[in-house]
Amino acid sequence: MTTANVTRSIDARGMPCPGPLMSLIGAIREGQVGDVIEVLSSDEGSRTDIPAWTEKAGHELVEVLEDAGFTRFVVRKAR
Amino acid sequence: MSQAVARTLDLKGLSCPLPIVKTAQAIKELASGELIEALATDPGSVADFTAWCTSTGNELLEHTEEDGVFRFVIRKK
Amino acid sequence: MPAKVVILGGGVGGTLVANLLSKELRRDVSVTVVDPTGMHAYQPGYQYLALGQANGRWLVRDERTLLRSDVDLVVEPAIRVHPDAGTVQLARGGSLDWDYLVIATGARLAPELVPGLSEGSYDFYSLEGAQRLREALRRFKGGRLLVGVAGIPYKCPPAPVEFVFLLEEYLRRRGIRNRSEVRLLSPLNRAFTIESASKVVQPLMAQRGIELTTFFNVESVDPSSGVVSSLEGEKAEFDLLVLVPPHRGQDVVVESGLGDASGWLPTDRRTLQVQDHERIFAMGDATNLPISKSGSTAHFEAPVVASRIAALVRGSTPRSNYGGNVMCFLETGNRQGTVLRFDYEHPPAPPQPSAIWHAAKWMFNRMYWGVVPQGRLPERMPIPVPTGRSTE
Repeated sequence: MTTANVTRSIDARGMPCPGPLMSLIGAIREGQVGDVIEVLSSDEGSRTDIPAWTEKAGHELVEVLEDAGFTRFVVRKAR
Repeated sequence: MSQAVARTLDLKGLSCPLPIVKTAQAIKELASGELIEALATDPGSVADFTAWCTSTGNELLEHTEEDGVFRFVIRKK
Repeated sequence: MPAKVVILGGGVGGTLVANLLSKELRRDVSVTVVDPTGMHAYQPGYQYLALGQANGRWLVRDERTLLRSDVDLVVEPAIRVHPDAGTVQLARGGSLDWDYLVIATGARLAPELVPGLSEGSYDFYSLEGAQRLREALRRFKGGRLLVGVAGIPYKCPPAPVEFVFLLEEYLRRRGIRNRSEVRLLSPLNRAFTIESASKVVQPLMAQRGIELTTFFNVESVDPSSGVVSSLEGEKAEFDLLVLVPPHRGQDVVVESGLGDASGWLPTDRRTLQVQDHERIFAMGDATNLPISKSGSTAHFEAPVVASRIAALVRGSTPRSNYGGNVMCFLETGNRQGTVLRFDYEHPPAPPQPSAIWHAAKWMFNRMYWGVVPQGRLPERMPIPVPTGRSTE
């Protein structure tokens, strides 16, 4: 169970790569600084892609939680 | 078949579109009117060879099937 | 009383469904294709036009010549679908009734979503765009050439990589390669979406001196200073910038209230029915399916849509399902190429670039007009199981 207050939640489970990452990027584009975006992904690639992108783009990777068959990523738009 | 086949291509095991691509490459080396024989196992090859012949003007003289092998005899235009 | 099928869009998907339905059902169906321009374009040809290798008739033909004679063609924009009434409103005020509707309206390029994109960059995603780019390349005498992507999804995932290979070859042919820098800006952490394909092309890009910049999601373009900026906070300077514009669903889908936030139609991945509308089918670029937006997708979906509608018209159980089949060629320059073939069950395993796939792509380029829209190619492209046999 995520501890942060989530502004927007995206269920990208079942979406093949790069769907989950692109959904996150889309939400960041549309959101405001301070927004907390949650992405649920069942895709293996997301485990490296999402943290790598978040770091390059200068946002905050708040949480990465493994759940049954998927991973929950929580990112805060920092800029 | 009275005219002899100038070249036989063994395309068994290749899938669409390779059978027609390899046939197109090989037929370049033939003279007009010569015959090429192609053997393929891809079930889509009947539609492929028919379409390719219509498109290029090469003549599909025969197409038969035996034990999962399709045999095409084509006359170069 | 023949069943009425209306098809919005006369691209490869719409044309193929129209022809297949008319062949299958004959007098039991009345098929009408509605298209805003009545012109059918072979979109894979645009990049060749931009590079000065193709023009005119090879790229665009009259849709009427591609449709069977018993298919009606209405050349007019459709503006709104009324699902409950079973009608579609046309731009000049008329309307058409349908028993089954196929929405094959493709994708709309949306350059307006990125500031400075239209003024500062070129594209090969439309006829006009490709013509402008051709002129710009003719004037180009050396400098920094950047190719990038300004939004995902976009049509033909391999296209930017393919274009950058062909562009590098073009510069060599013109003798200005040593005065130019060629760079690909990818929104992901690799050359493009499909990982196995990126592994094949990246070493080749490095060999040709094509730089790859990753995680570059275009945010804005400054035409006067020649700088493109990314969401990630990076900037890149250019002398000539080629960008794939953002894509959205067409206005008619949005106006009808059928699309998602980006205008794509929520579609069942197997039956291709639009969510909550069992008499409306969607195909090709217009769907929200997380698969490649590609002509081949529409090509392989068409027999499924036609077969399902035919079954419904006859009162039998539709059985045909779309298996996610996609097939895209990727040219890598120097008369070589590779191929991406995949479906819902099998990921792609692209072979090392070779002459045979370049030949295959060009065979397809040449055969398209006589064979594809009319439905004369096989309906299913089986994914080959590796036998260990060399395909070269």
